[in-house]
Amino acid sequence: MDAIFGSEIWKQLFVYSVTDPAHHIEVWAHVVRSLLRIGIGLGFILTIVPGLIWLERRLLSWMQGRLGPNRVGWQGLAQPIADGIKLFFKEDIIPTNVDRSLYILAPGVALAPVLMSVAVLPWNGSPDWGAVAPGLNIGILFLLAIASIEVYGVILAGWSSNNKYSLLGGLRASSQVISYELGMGLSIIAVLLMTGTLATQSIVGEQGIIGDPINIGNTAYTVYPHSLNSGFWHWHFLAFFPFGLVAAVVYLISMVAETNRARLALREADTEVEAGFHTEYSSMKFAMFFMGEYANMLIVSAIAITLFFGGWLAPWGALSQIPASAGAYLPAWLINTLNMAVIAPFWFGIKLFLLICFFIWLRATLPRLRYDMLMKFGWKGILPIGLVNVVLIALSMALQQSFGRLRGHLMAVAVGLGICFVLFVIKMATYRKRRLDTETTTISPIRREPAALPVPARRTREV
Amino acid sequence: MSDFFEDVKQIAREVVAPFKGLGITFGQLGERKTTISFPDYRRVMGVRARWRHVLNRYDNGLEKCIGCSLCAGACPSNAILVVADENTDEARFSPGERYAVRYEINMIRCIYCGFCQEACPTGAVELKDVFEMAESTRHDLIFTKEMLLVPDPNRERVD
Repeated sequence: MDAIFGSEIWKQLFVYSVTDPAHHIEVWAHVVRSLLRIGIGLGFILTIVPGLIWLERRLLSWMQGRLGPNRVGWQGLAQPIADGIKLFFKEDIIPTNVDRSLYILAPGVALAPVLMSVAVLPWNGSPDWGAVAPGLNIGILFLLAIASIEVYGVILAGWSSNNKYSLLGGLRASSQVISYELGMGLSIIAVLLMTGTLATQSIVGEQGIIGDPINIGNTAYTVYPHSLNSGFWHWHFLAFFPFGLVAAVVYLISMVAETNRARLALREADTEVEAGFHTEYSSMKFAMFFMGEYANMLIVSAIAITLFFGGWLAPWGALSQIPASAGAYLPAWLINTLNMAVIAPFWFGIKLFLLICFFIWLRATLPRLRYDMLMKFGWKGILPIGLVNVVLIALSMALQQSFGRLRGHLMAVAVGLGICFVLFVIKMATYRKRRLDTETTTISPIRREPAALPVPARRTREV
Repeated sequence: MSDFFEDVKQIAREVVAPFKGLGITFGQLGERKTTISFPDYRRVMGVRARWRHVLNRYDNGLEKCIGCSLCAGACPSNAILVVADENTDEARFSPGERYAVRYEINMIRCIYCGFCQEACPTGAVELKDVFEMAESTRHDLIFTKEMLLVPDPNRERVD
């Protein structure tokens, strides 16, 4: 035992920490550590995606009064694997007039960015093993950059398929993602204003401490004094009270649009554009789109959790680690490992599960928006709300510095309520005017009695 | 002013509507599912269900079919083949003079119109509630007399 755990190799790989100046980690150890972390991250995504597909089909069925897939394996759990095998062995058709290179490239372009963006999502607080790239201090920028690449896959697929429906689906996807990325970016900016850092690990850590966030703007390696007295009331969706919630809701709505889930799923609206951009795809290429879509759903949910719902933190601070009294009969390294490898990922996973169930619930309930309604909602609803929200948070922060925490914040809230009231009055005025207009104008053509149509005289057939 | 509150109510209804919908779908989770797990549980067929043909027998076990080919003549899609032969006292299959040696229905051609049933003078061929007839090849879907005949009530089942 000691030959392994006491050896320099073991220490290089698993014991030494990047934050400890006394430790020197060799380059080869960094490489191996990175590979291990990539394995954990990708392994998580790629194994959870079939489970997610199963969960979606099953839950959707239950909400629609059906049973869903329940034949293959226990409760139908092996159904996505069976589907995957089927897709893998299906004939891979490449239509005649497609742009071959782009056509083949597109599924990869759609899938790769999704898998890349797992890099900065922290699943525990360790500076060594907390994420695939725990030390990246521009995490949010990285996510935004990668998220915009994903739509290229869809557009390339739509264009190269040489099919009108595919092209329409791709165009819709691009316009939709561009519109809703604005709202998404604004809600992310709200969080950045609150935390003052771009590093995802720091954004999570900041939600677990009490009082003023000190050390903001430091590197991602900053270890926050994680407090056992913190809890969900310190998470960002409750910070700056109404504003954090608004930012969270704006993010969640934009996220539905980004992943093209039902309700905002216009790029694959079956009744309008067939299967949209992947109409012409079959076999593994189709499977890659499918997988990318579901992996994307996981990723954006994980981002939402990281930004607004406390990441890997427990809803009650004391639950986020093994109690200190356990130190009497458990070695310190074991407690530390359990905290990092079991408890923190457990809370992360629970939140991910609940959020994804929520989106399946939405899909089971709400009908799809029309294209112009979607655009109107994005540009006239989400965008101004997000913008005003950011301004109000900045205002609140400025007022808090001059008038004290509570008074400054209440003043900002008052400004927000004032804006809401003015908008409400304007809206009511136009609404009422429109209603009066429709009531006083002439009878609508639908209500009018149908004019008697001239009936042609019946011709008798001569025998 | 009442108009104003009417408008407010209308907007409030529009806002609340999606949440009502969410409640309905959530309630469905606990409801009884309408799906019937088919091979394990079967729906009771209606008495007039008209699926696959069966060839009936009399109570004493003799076949009702007398090989007259009227069903084949009535069939609009030409799916039935009947080859008749004489009954003898040693080998008697049906009460009359003749019986069907071969009686085949091509289930791919059949349109389940029931004309054969109407044409049959003895009530031998009947469309009943047997609907499971998926096969892998076209040849397997040509149902022979042995497959169509109901089991003989006077003989013990061998299986």
